[in-house]
Amino acid sequence: MPWSKIKPELNEPNFQRESEENSRRLSYAEAIREALDQALDMDSNVFVMGQGVDDPTGMFGATLNLHKKYGGERVFDTPLAENSLTGIAIGAAIGGMRPVYFHNRPDFLYLAMDQLVNHASKWSYMFGGAVHVPLVVWACIGRGWGSAAQHSQALQGIFMHIPGLKLVMPSTCYDAKGLMLSAIADENPVIIIEHRFNFRHKGFVPLAPYRVPLGKGIIRRPGRDITIVAVSFMVTEAFQAAEELVRDGIEAEVIDLRTLRPLDEEIILTSLAKTGRVVVADTGWKTGGATAEISALIAEKGFVSLKAPVLRVASPDVPTPAGYTLEEAFYKGWKEIVTSAHELLKGKG
Amino acid sequence: MRANLPREVLIGLYYDMLRIHRVQLRIEALYHMDEMKTPIHLCIGQEAIAVGVCAHLQKDDYISSSHRSHGHYLAKGGDLKALIAELYCRETGCSKGRGGSMHLVDTSAGHMGSSSIVGGGIPIGTGLSLAIWMKKQNRVSVVFFSDGAADEGVLYESINFAILKKLPVIYIYENNQFSVCSPVTTRRVGEVIFHSTPHEYMYTRIVDGNSILEVYAVAQEAINRARRGQGPSFIECKTYRIRGHSGAGSDAKLGYRSDEEIAIWEARCPVVTFRSKLLQEKMITEEKLTNMEKEIDQEIDEAFRFAQKSPLPGREQLLQYLFYEES
Repeated sequence: MPWSKIKPELNEPNFQRESEENSRRLSYAEAIREALDQALDMDSNVFVMGQGVDDPTGMFGATLNLHKKYGGERVFDTPLAENSLTGIAIGAAIGGMRPVYFHNRPDFLYLAMDQLVNHASKWSYMFGGAVHVPLVVWACIGRGWGSAAQHSQALQGIFMHIPGLKLVMPSTCYDAKGLMLSAIADENPVIIIEHRFNFRHKGFVPLAPYRVPLGKGIIRRPGRDITIVAVSFMVTEAFQAAEELVRDGIEAEVIDLRTLRPLDEEIILTSLAKTGRVVVADTGWKTGGATAEISALIAEKGFVSLKAPVLRVASPDVPTPAGYTLEEAFYKGWKEIVTSAHELLKGKG
Repeated sequence: MRANLPREVLIGLYYDMLRIHRVQLRIEALYHMDEMKTPIHLCIGQEAIAVGVCAHLQKDDYISSSHRSHGHYLAKGGDLKALIAELYCRETGCSKGRGGSMHLVDTSAGHMGSSSIVGGGIPIGTGLSLAIWMKKQNRVSVVFFSDGAADEGVLYESINFAILKKLPVIYIYENNQFSVCSPVTTRRVGEVIFHSTPHEYMYTRIVDGNSILEVYAVAQEAINRARRGQGPSFIECKTYRIRGHSGAGSDAKLGYRSDEEIAIWEARCPVVTFRSKLLQEKMITEEKLTNMEKEIDQEIDEAFRFAQKSPLPGREQLLQYLFYEES
């Protein structure tokens, strides 16, 4: 698929990290691959499974050639049986292993919902803590080139609903590595949802292993006038929106949540207390999704700080269309964030 | 049978079956008090399968099970007091009152948790065997499931993977002939397809699940194969669910099966028939059998007293255990 025609390869927004020691520019896929390489090296219980993890493309490069270094017992292709293979990964985790199960697209996680939701998320609670499931499930949202309704779904809203699952959505190369290492080290089931467009990015990544804590968001850009809360690829869009807004004299604060579960409530509410205005941006559907939950949180716990309604930038409540004219209408991004910001600041003076 | 197995093994098998049987009967007898506020799924009539298989397992071998799991739990060495306390939803229960009757666990006995999603434990038990295989441990994983679970796609998917990786897993298919009230004959024609798997891929057998000696012998072969690295086995144990799907007592009044049919299988009860056999072959005396019953009843009395006296989880503990906690 000619992804290069949809989104050229480029450096990620200048968020951070150039000064870190031993930091060098890696592609997003290389950052994930380095995390896996180091995790496999550090702990013999870690293993990587999934359809195509040992194929010539290596899961967009994220698992490329790891099987050659660690052998086919620890990095292996799987049958296309998402539900059972998820249960098998759960069983292996209960038996003392630390599986990392790769899926091409989140759409296929629907086939594994029984094991993810009925089993992985409940095993610790249901048995009073007698057992636990250190499992990582990874999938990458598709977008563009007619990926259509069944190859581009952003399912974070559905997983965010489930108690007992942790939900990670990285936005930078640095985080892709650090959050992966945290997810693998975590004793609980963690779902990592990536975004295809992030894979076009390069960014600064330190060589040594490091962990980005789950449940801690980060301010990507400080600002006083308005808060933009975003995850995953929407952070890049939010950053671009903030740069556009500067031209109109608006200083937007961009918050990257990094994980939706646990959710860093404090970083949202603290920023809101400063700006009084919020746009919540997500790649998923609007109704009952991540933006709905975050907006509800703001209404419940941050109402007194609000100077204007909360506005949301999210996908319209229809399946993703294939055709490019409709696709363009479907996807929301920096333009809609800018429009929302202007709307919230209308009449402010 | 005398020729094959030492007397103490035979008596041990009987004791374990009788213990499971009498625990079931006590639960059933007290269920109407409404103090065990959790659905129960009794395995009366299926005791030989759990006992005949688990007799060959070491403490650190794994088992996975379903909602009908009291027998598997006890046969594997799960703690009786913790089982009864779980039925009373107490903090001292095996799942600290969070699981109830359908979600038993005793990791110290290799019981890693039972799922009440029909078939849900099949891939998890397969995954336990993957962990064994990857860690190169001398263990096996046994997966107990019934005919409802045999309808599920996860069984095919799991078996395919177990064969692919030659995993040390034994699938014990307890065909008790009903999923709730649906007879197996309305859900399938003939035997399950797995019996046609070539034995070099997976060892398969059909046995009389009500014969403790038959189950014992075939389970031994399957478990030995797994320990020798010869891959998975699939053992179908034909049996019959004497009680209703859930709750206490007979459900014959529902009319989906006849009193006569139930009576035929009650007469084939693995515990009763094996008792007669032991007496007939003078392996044990009536007096010793009576003492055995008394001993078991005492243990059951104690377990119920323990459960009834145990504390209930407090409301403030509602959110505990959602995630792993350092102990």
